[in-house]
Amino acid sequence: MRELEYPFQPGEIISKRKALRRALAADGTARLQKKIAVLGGSTTSDIVKTMELFLLDAGIEPVFYESEYGQYYQDAMFPPEGLADFSPDVVFIHTTGRNIASWPAVGEAAQEVDGKLEAELGKFRAMWESLEQRFHCPIIQNNFEKPFFRLLGNRDAWDIHGRTNFTNRLNQAFCDWAAGHPGFYVHDVDYLSGDFGLLRWADPAYWNLYKYAMCLEAIPAFAFSVSNIIKSLFGKNKKALALDLDNTLWGGVVGDDGVEGIEIGQETGVSQSYYEFQSYVKQLKNLGVLLTVCSKNDEENALAGLGHPEGALRPGDFILIKANWENKDRNIAETAAQLNILPESIVFADDNPAEREIVRAQLPGVIAPELEGVENYIATIDRGGYFEATTFSEDDLKRNEMYKANALRAAQQASFADYGEYLKSLGMHAVIDDFLPIYLTRITQLANKSNQFNLTTRRYTTGQMVQVFESPEYVRLYGKLVDKFGDNGVVSVVIGHKDGQALDIELWLMSCRVLKRDMEFAMLDRLVERCREEGVATLRGYYFPTAKNGMVRELYGTLGFQKVSGDEAGPSVWELDTAGYTPQCQVIQVSGNPEG
Amino acid sequence: MSTMDMREIFAKLDRVFQEVFDDPGIRVTPQTTADDIEDWDSLEHITLISAVERAFRMKFKMGEISSMRNVGEMANIIQERSRG
Repeated sequence: MRELEYPFQPGEIISKRKALRRALAADGTARLQKKIAVLGGSTTSDIVKTMELFLLDAGIEPVFYESEYGQYYQDAMFPPEGLADFSPDVVFIHTTGRNIASWPAVGEAAQEVDGKLEAELGKFRAMWESLEQRFHCPIIQNNFEKPFFRLLGNRDAWDIHGRTNFTNRLNQAFCDWAAGHPGFYVHDVDYLSGDFGLLRWADPAYWNLYKYAMCLEAIPAFAFSVSNIIKSLFGKNKKALALDLDNTLWGGVVGDDGVEGIEIGQETGVSQSYYEFQSYVKQLKNLGVLLTVCSKNDEENALAGLGHPEGALRPGDFILIKANWENKDRNIAETAAQLNILPESIVFADDNPAEREIVRAQLPGVIAPELEGVENYIATIDRGGYFEATTFSEDDLKRNEMYKANALRAAQQASFADYGEYLKSLGMHAVIDDFLPIYLTRITQLANKSNQFNLTTRRYTTGQMVQVFESPEYVRLYGKLVDKFGDNGVVSVVIGHKDGQALDIELWLMSCRVLKRDMEFAMLDRLVERCREEGVATLRGYYFPTAKNGMVRELYGTLGFQKVSGDEAGPSVWELDTAGYTPQCQVIQVSGNPEG
Repeated sequence: MSTMDMREIFAKLDRVFQEVFDDPGIRVTPQTTADDIEDWDSLEHITLISAVERAFRMKFKMGEISSMRNVGEMANIIQERSRG
């Protein structure tokens, strides 16, 4: 919804909240339901209502638990029944500098100040540990905004008696905790309040009248920011950035001005701005964002422009280059299809408002940020929250390489007459075995973001995945696939829950980057083998249809399961006897976990 | 801003109330209080004050916010401020 995209109008969101909510609720989108516990040290009502808008817009239907006013500590340490029964998917601790109980005073000895710091931190650490043990779910913790006055002036920043100094030390300790605790995320209120303007943010009238942690006008920016963390945790990040070229990645029109004529590099302020933007885009790529080109140009000119010696990006940084004279919405749709991602996972960057409009209109869900003036491009994309990097696994960092290897495979496929021959030529090797701790982050991430090849679309928090990993009641498999073009990483996960002699397959998913490689057969071969070892006679598979997983509707049938119930449109249940099964995968060499 | 007359102020207030409470049927009078509008609780009051401030490009003082007893008093403050 345009009203909720960055840069939104806070006043409009505040005044029209009810109407916006009504429109979102009526738009017929299927959404993930997520339970969010908000433990507040200040009033949370407006924050929760505004978060709801941003989350609904991102495809998440939140259900909230709110602590009684100011009860964040009590709720975290001794969860009341309401919170215990709620069993949250995420806990958000909404504290502010106003909740700091004891500040240092001028004249105190260093040990006294350290003691006060430890007392504050001890309280928070106890809460985080208590929540982690009870709920095994991600925890989001606000850090502290800077104080709105400085008793010591500039000295406040470095003197241990300054509140600014004290706040910075607390914030650093929160960061240290985050670095050592996966599943713990700092919500950077310090940055946000600076960005907004601390003086306005911390308007004391809002605390004194209403016990608000910040002024009302700041709530949309705050709610948007924390929602971005939640969106990212539940797989709602964007995956690709499709870029226009002329006046987006460089100044001028390469087809008219020639490579020498375009503005990029260090010569002028404008060319430097384009260079900075190219560098920013390149850093996004290094984080695992897929880059593509979507430009009305002859391909030859596009490549020449990208090859400009003063540019930061090279043609090889892009997975796909669509430089032609087709309509852009069509090019974006094809880009999505070729990369095996959904169009709504693409952010389209184009300086031309007309192009943005046609793409938005033709492909609902594709975001086209308002790029106006090259000096604003970075801020607009950066603050849009599309690529919030809450967790990144090794695989994210290698994602561009993997997609590029896919392009090479596609090129080779064209030279084989027989698909089976082609698969053999890939020299595929898989490791398929029980989970290993080093892969749990990736496995959880896959479980939370795979939509298409996913039979049940069941989601798991980090804590739930650890429980599955530790329990003897489950048969678990991960699959990692390597071929001559590269390592695809962990691409498939199966989780089955033992029920006497049967195994209920509660999760079966595969990354779309390895579709049509017979990996699903290799997974089943290994699953049957494991089941026999565990004395399981029957595999029971479930298909729960969603808007996105139509491609696996008949998967169990293809694999040789018998349908026991279900019709064409609805959910279905399938069974397979392990006794009479013969292995089906011919093209992948499979091994188990490395010894030791 | 030149002084606004009360009719103008109330017409604008109607629009603000309608938007905040998502109800096109709302009409306010000088006697209207929170008791007359179902969703007007202490939390919506904050949203309302901020929407009124934005619509009239003015700010209430802290003391005014806690002492206003009905829409009439709100309108008086708005009018007074517009003389500035």
